[in-house]
Amino acid sequence: MRFSVDISRLIRRVRRRGSVNTSVAFGAAALVVVFAGLAWIFPPPENQNVSGQEDPLPSQLRSESAKLHPVVIRKPTGPPRVLTGQTDAHGNPITVSCSTCHSTRKPNSKTKSTKDLNEFHGSMVFAHGNLSCLSCHNPDDYDTLKLADNTRIEYRDVMTLCAQCHGQQKREFDHGAHGGMTGFWDRSRGPKFKNNCIDCHNPHTPKFPKMQPDFKPKDRFLDKVDH
Amino acid sequence: MTDTNDRDKKKISLPILQQPSTRRTALKIAGVTLGLAAFGKAISPLMVIPENVSLSEFLQQHYKELSEDDKKEIFARLESEAKENYGANVSISDPKPIPGVKFGYAINLSKCNGNGKCMEACNQENNHHRGVDQSYIRVLEMTKGSMDMEQGNTTYDHTVPQDDKYYMPVQCQQCDNPPCVTVCPVEATWKEDDGIVVVDYNWCIGCRYCEAACPYHARRFNWEQPEIPADEVNPNQGYLSNRIRPQGTMEKCHYCLHRTREGRAPACLEACPTGARVFGDLNDPDSDINWVLKNKRVFVLKEELGTRPSFFYFFD
Repeated sequence: MRFSVDISRLIRRVRRRGSVNTSVAFGAAALVVVFAGLAWIFPPPENQNVSGQEDPLPSQLRSESAKLHPVVIRKPTGPPRVLTGQTDAHGNPITVSCSTCHSTRKPNSKTKSTKDLNEFHGSMVFAHGNLSCLSCHNPDDYDTLKLADNTRIEYRDVMTLCAQCHGQQKREFDHGAHGGMTGFWDRSRGPKFKNNCIDCHNPHTPKFPKMQPDFKPKDRFLDKVDH
Repeated sequence: MTDTNDRDKKKISLPILQQPSTRRTALKIAGVTLGLAAFGKAISPLMVIPENVSLSEFLQQHYKELSEDDKKEIFARLESEAKENYGANVSISDPKPIPGVKFGYAINLSKCNGNGKCMEACNQENNHHRGVDQSYIRVLEMTKGSMDMEQGNTTYDHTVPQDDKYYMPVQCQQCDNPPCVTVCPVEATWKEDDGIVVVDYNWCIGCRYCEAACPYHARRFNWEQPEIPADEVNPNQGYLSNRIRPQGTMEKCHYCLHRTREGRAPACLEACPTGARVFGDLNDPDSDINWVLKNKRVFVLKEELGTRPSFFYFFD
């Protein structure tokens, strides 16, 4: 085995030299045959690195490092703001917080679509089942949200609101099967970071948007194939 | 008496020497000479060290036979080569499998929308050849209702997802019974304790048997010396993973072992905008991957081949 493996390394050196001619290829092929013969006659010992049964149980290992790093879920920052449709001197859009207007206006619980509104919200598309604005927005305080039982809830806790209907998704999220992650899979070594619902899903149009792929490996075997 | 003497003489006569100079003998001599000459010519390049290979690289042993001192020396050499050839300051490490950990990976085909960010992340993380935008991942656009991967299209170029399609990323399945390892004539590829099938790029002879043996088309060959701009070289490199590979060697997905063996998630998972990918320790009953295996209807690709992948697919 030792001898045959050395031969193979020699072949490799030759190949990387860049000037492989027919006789070399023939010689190399002959040596490969010789090697294969040797390997057949003297089978190599069992691969030592294949998973052995003598590994300690993972639970035993884990109990030693009981202190786990947290799962850090990003929280939305502050109450959201709405576009006024105007821009400032630098060309940046001007936004106002919802309570600027809604603290004085009487809410209309019948409004189901932004099309029903004359001011603001005009560019906002709403496609979230049969919900109405006040299914989630709190008419008593527009800087907060409300649950189905009218409990007031802060914007930063929006996931609790979403989970009222999307329990399946929340359950999968809690088990790492929804929403992706960055950071550490092994929380004994570092924290895991996750997005919250509205980082990926616009709450007004929650369907995940279409995307345009912009990266394609150029597979060599596709050169002659016309798809 | 005379008969016995003749027989004895015949017994000790050699096949060519001491033979009558007939046409047959001449042909034998010619044949032997030609054969020896051809053999000599064939092995002559093996007798010299190629110019572009240093003596230490030429004498380098198989990864499993390297001592810690050998590794230090080799990593220093590779780091200086990266500096010289790519103008990049890299550091090469050799993280070992975490004891008791067996990696598993799963993809939710209901979520994957074929945007290809995983392929791009792989390309950048693993110092792939920019000339061909190499990646260890191939995303197949499949017709709903079909599992025929031969009909899968990798060159789609339209907004995704299309309504009648689903998208299936395929990369190394880190099989427990890997055909690519079995066929390697020089044992340049093997399965590690955490389930990752690795390649010693300096031991690989580039015969591409493993590429042919893999039923998932997961292995890649370096047809050219990889071209990577200096500022795009990922300096965090593993000897068995994402260091810049020499031309003429095989390579494959290694679950980003330079990241995952330090507890971090693979690059393709972090890049996925749909959250379709789940990674973790199969030996940990509370891991994300085990929750998926217990609660979802999971399947593996080409189960009938008996490769026993550590890579799973599921639909919601």
